Amino acid sequence: MSTAVGYTAVAGQIVVVGAGAPLLTGWMRQVRARLEGRAGAGVLQPWRDARKLLRKEPISPVGTGPAFRTAPALLVATTVVAAALVPLLSTDTPVSGHADLIVVVALIALGTLVLALAGLDTGTAFGGMGASREMTVAALVEPTILLSVFALSIPAGTTNIPAIVHGAVDEPARLASPAGLLATAALAVAVLAETGRIPVDNPSTHLELTMIHEAMVLEYAGPDLALVELGAQMRLTLLLGLLSSLFVPWGIATSPSWAALAVALVLFAAKLTLLGAVLAAAEVFWAKVRLFRVPELLAGSFLLALLAVTASYFLSGAS
Amino acid sequence: MGLLRKIRDTGRVAEPAPPRPEGGVPAKARELGGSVQVRCVDAGSCNGCEIEIAAAFNPVYDAERYGARLVASPRHADVALVTGPVTRNMAQPLRRTVAAMGEPRLVVAVGDCAINCGEFAGGYGVEGAVSDVVPVDLQVPGCPPEPAEIIAALRRVTGR
Amino acid sequence: MPAGASGDHRRAAESDGAVSVIPAALATATALGGAGALAGCSLPRGMRIPVVGALTAGVGVGGGAVGVAALGGSRWAAALPGVLPLAGTHLAVDALAGLFMAIAGAVVAAVAVYGIGYAAGHGPHGLGSRTAQAVLPLFALTLVLVPVAASVSTFLVLWELMALASLLLVLAEHRERASVRQAGVWYAVMTHLGLVLLLIGFALFAAQAGGETFAALRAGAHTVSPMVRGLVFVLVAAAFTSKAGAVPLHAWLPRAHPEAPSPVSALMSAAMVNLGIYGLVRTGLDLLGGGPAWWWLGLMATGGASAVYGILQAAMASDLKRLLAYSTSENMGLVLIGVGASGLFAAYGDRPLAALALAAALLHVVNHAAFKALLFCAAGSVLRATGLRDLDRLGGLRPRMPVTAGLFALAALGAVALPPGNGFISEWLLLQSLIHGLAVPGVAVAVVLPLSVALIALSAGIAAAVFVKALGVGFFARPRSEQAADAKEAPPLMLAGMGLLGAGCAALALVPGLLGDGLDRAVGAVGLPGSGAVAGGGLKVRLADVSATLSPLWVVAALTAALLLAVGLPRLYGRRRRRANARLWDCGGGAPTPRMAYTATSFAEPLQRVFDDVLAPEQDVNVTPVRESAYLVERVRFQHRVPDRIEHRLYEPVLRALAGAGQASRRLAGGSVHLYLGYGFVGLVVLLLILAVGW
Repeated sequence: MSTAVGYTAVAGQIVVVGAGAPLLTGWMRQVRARLEGRAGAGVLQPWRDARKLLRKEPISPVGTGPAFRTAPALLVATTVVAAALVPLLSTDTPVSGHADLIVVVALIALGTLVLALAGLDTGTAFGGMGASREMTVAALVEPTILLSVFALSIPAGTTNIPAIVHGAVDEPARLASPAGLLATAALAVAVLAETGRIPVDNPSTHLELTMIHEAMVLEYAGPDLALVELGAQMRLTLLLGLLSSLFVPWGIATSPSWAALAVALVLFAAKLTLLGAVLAAAEVFWAKVRLFRVPELLAGSFLLALLAVTASYFLSGAS
Repeated sequence: MGLLRKIRDTGRVAEPAPPRPEGGVPAKARELGGSVQVRCVDAGSCNGCEIEIAAAFNPVYDAERYGARLVASPRHADVALVTGPVTRNMAQPLRRTVAAMGEPRLVVAVGDCAINCGEFAGGYGVEGAVSDVVPVDLQVPGCPPEPAEIIAALRRVTGR
Repeated sequence: MPAGASGDHRRAAESDGAVSVIPAALATATALGGAGALAGCSLPRGMRIPVVGALTAGVGVGGGAVGVAALGGSRWAAALPGVLPLAGTHLAVDALAGLFMAIAGAVVAAVAVYGIGYAAGHGPHGLGSRTAQAVLPLFALTLVLVPVAASVSTFLVLWELMALASLLLVLAEHRERASVRQAGVWYAVMTHLGLVLLLIGFALFAAQAGGETFAALRAGAHTVSPMVRGLVFVLVAAAFTSKAGAVPLHAWLPRAHPEAPSPVSALMSAAMVNLGIYGLVRTGLDLLGGGPAWWWLGLMATGGASAVYGILQAAMASDLKRLLAYSTSENMGLVLIGVGASGLFAAYGDRPLAALALAAALLHVVNHAAFKALLFCAAGSVLRATGLRDLDRLGGLRPRMPVTAGLFALAALGAVALPPGNGFISEWLLLQSLIHGLAVPGVAVAVVLPLSVALIALSAGIAAAVFVKALGVGFFARPRSEQAADAKEAPPLMLAGMGLLGAGCAALALVPGLLGDGLDRAVGAVGLPGSGAVAGGGLKVRLADVSATLSPLWVVAALTAALLLAVGLPRLYGRRRRRANARLWDCGGGAPTPRMAYTATSFAEPLQRVFDDVLAPEQDVNVTPVRESAYLVERVRFQHRVPDRIEHRLYEPVLRALAGAGQASRRLAGGSVHLYLGYGFVGLVVLLLILAVGW
């Protein structure tokens, strides 16, 4: 339905993810600080960081090329398109027809890829190291994500995300089934790996040899760094939003009405606040896993996804 | 669940914030608007100042609540916290580190050694004080300076 | 007795629609091919290369025209009794043949243009030599003609001609490197092994079905017993999957492709391996008319293994062309998964889904041809400019060869199967057909389909790492060797050929709907209903309870808009406009040398560790102590290699057994005339006994 509500929903999703991502990061840092007994910098600190970085001097290291210069913008662009597609606020938007889960997953992978190319473009040892590790983790996460997609599409009969979410809203029992729970667990681990959070990667580490994502961006400064950080924060927000849309879909507007959209906005903020707090609290309890143990973790999540698919198939009565 | 109980029993560790330090925000730092990323550079110190800087960022003093954050690369940083007298081998790396930071940037010399070579003045391996190598914007005297003083210097930069 | 041999020389021709385009274009292509061969033999070197290149491009255009006409709905058949002894020649063009002819024709045309520039830069030997230039048009002609064959003998003759022509071309640079000869031997042996298997399989089929033309085979297939059909399928599938480069009979691919001149590698990877798929689809789905599930499950297993094994070996390869060769193996594995899924669904009766799976597989063949040809051409451009294939010694090529780098990046985008590339579109369609395949009953299906999806996902993920490695290490950062530092951009003809291929990749990525009806007709040629999947605005999957859409144009438009947003907003907010050129942050210690940058080997190291058990890397440390004391070390030699494990486990025992058997049978050749006469006598007696008993 190409109504004004639909277009507002799409724009709203982009704005919420774009402007809310630093807020979510600030909230997560604040939760973590309070659990660790510190006072914390406040929820608005990442916005201040972004504002300052935008006003700093843009730097181009000598010897880097277009891959390095365009990667931050491309990263943000892929996340923006994915944010427009995923039904965070409404399943009834003008772009609902294009919102295929495989396409969204592929767009996120494209963002990872351009940043890895930028890391290699610097020609430094750390850039290459970060790119190498990031692509390895991304390669190992792909089977889990696609199998989870498979598991989710079986009951809905399609890979179109608004259709899956709509189906889940109509039939909540689907989510509490073994297949649903297994797929949730698998996708949660995959999201942790894809966004570079503990236990796969520590986003606030200074030890280069333990870095996966940070090592690729050591060379960025000023507005480029602002875009890179914003891109990473937006990916986290988007993927947590995707998790909440798929597994806690109540509240998402299924009809083109302003009231439903407003309710969806409030509930989305609430869901993400809760998810962010849970993730931040979990990070206090977990330690980062050794790089060479990460494949074991990802293999475990792959098995969960495979079980989700087979459970979904066998328990849905089709045999 | 032992950790959960410990968190609940420990509660808040951070001490209440002391009053704002004197002296306004340096002109350069006004653009930063309350967000400062810090890169520590050890130009030859005995590590006493490093321990105090580490203490400044621990839960008791919690420098992060004023908007300062430690980062991994000078490209990400606005402030370079330089400690120690600058040794001959560290002179050029220090210049390169500060040059790698984007404008606006500040250099804060932490400790007596950084200000005037302190105990190591005249040593054969010492090139000079930090101000002999790169322009210094703020100084934190002491051997080593207390974490509260380091935080006061950072608060002057962030303005919080 | 072969059915098509008629006594008189009248041509039996039938055609619909555009009456004389197909035979005219075929005749033109053949004539141009022959003229090209003559020109290659007789012209002096200066004129030889451009003339042969132009004539070869003409062959490609002619073949492509036939293909496009066939995709548009025309059909044509002819029997030429005189051309081949005994059996005569039967030719037929339908939409399936047309698709492969169109692909081959387009690739040949672009690569021929590229080849003129490539051969001109080399000396009198290699691709510019008389032999190579004479054989090149013939090779191109056979690539275009193999799908036209409509009888077993015609097919096998053209197949063998193609193999011989490609063998001569692979050996073109044998004077420059010793490894070329070894590659030639491997290629010759394996392609002829495939020919023998094809011969046995087709002969068996023709004997049981009562005729050797494809029409007779098709009609008589249902009279053949299931056991014989199964045997025929296994033999034929082994040969065709070997030609397509699927494990375990893939060993010729990573040897022959790197050693061949780059235009030849491009033709082989983008046009010749497709004919393995063509043969498989033609025989399995058309001539045999489908089969039981175990055929297709085996094919899917082969495809899945090829996909993962191929891309893993590509990840470990630091030789650029070897990497691309193994990537061909991976993509053919994906196509085999699609073909296998199609047969499987058809075997269980779900024909619309089978059509969708086949359409996905064929679309992937098209996309792969486009980006793989471009990748090999770009690799050839790099090889010509630097003399190096080793990624560990390349680097820094982007500022020196910007067009090559840009086109390589475009092709790599297709190869990593991510939007907005063209590889993503066919992979999306393949995943859709597999995901919705669970509607088909059967426990085997329920187990195989999720595993296939997982294998496709894994291979796609590793493919992304592989091409980040190839592009990032090979083209970005700084040159790691003097040759890379001295690289210059390729000459205009090479760039023109690559540009044509790049335009093809872009067109397939943005408007795949151009292929739409043609693809449906090609799928329909094997008897499956048209799926209507690829249509005007993009891709639509419409099955009984299922729907999904993908609009590549929309994705590109959305990405462009978002990119403008991402670039524009910071500009609005930022204060400083002038971008400073700063020294690379080197941790303060001094300028980083190119030696400090990550190489291809180091890039692949984490993946190698993860897949340690599959790859079984070998490490060798040789310590040479000083003569005076064993405790002091004079030299240490460290060698690390990742061998092809399938070769190690499968080929080497077989080769050793053969060698042992050969040695043992030397005792049979005693040298005594009486012994040989005795052999002859015994052989004759045994033959008479067999004939007497068997009659």
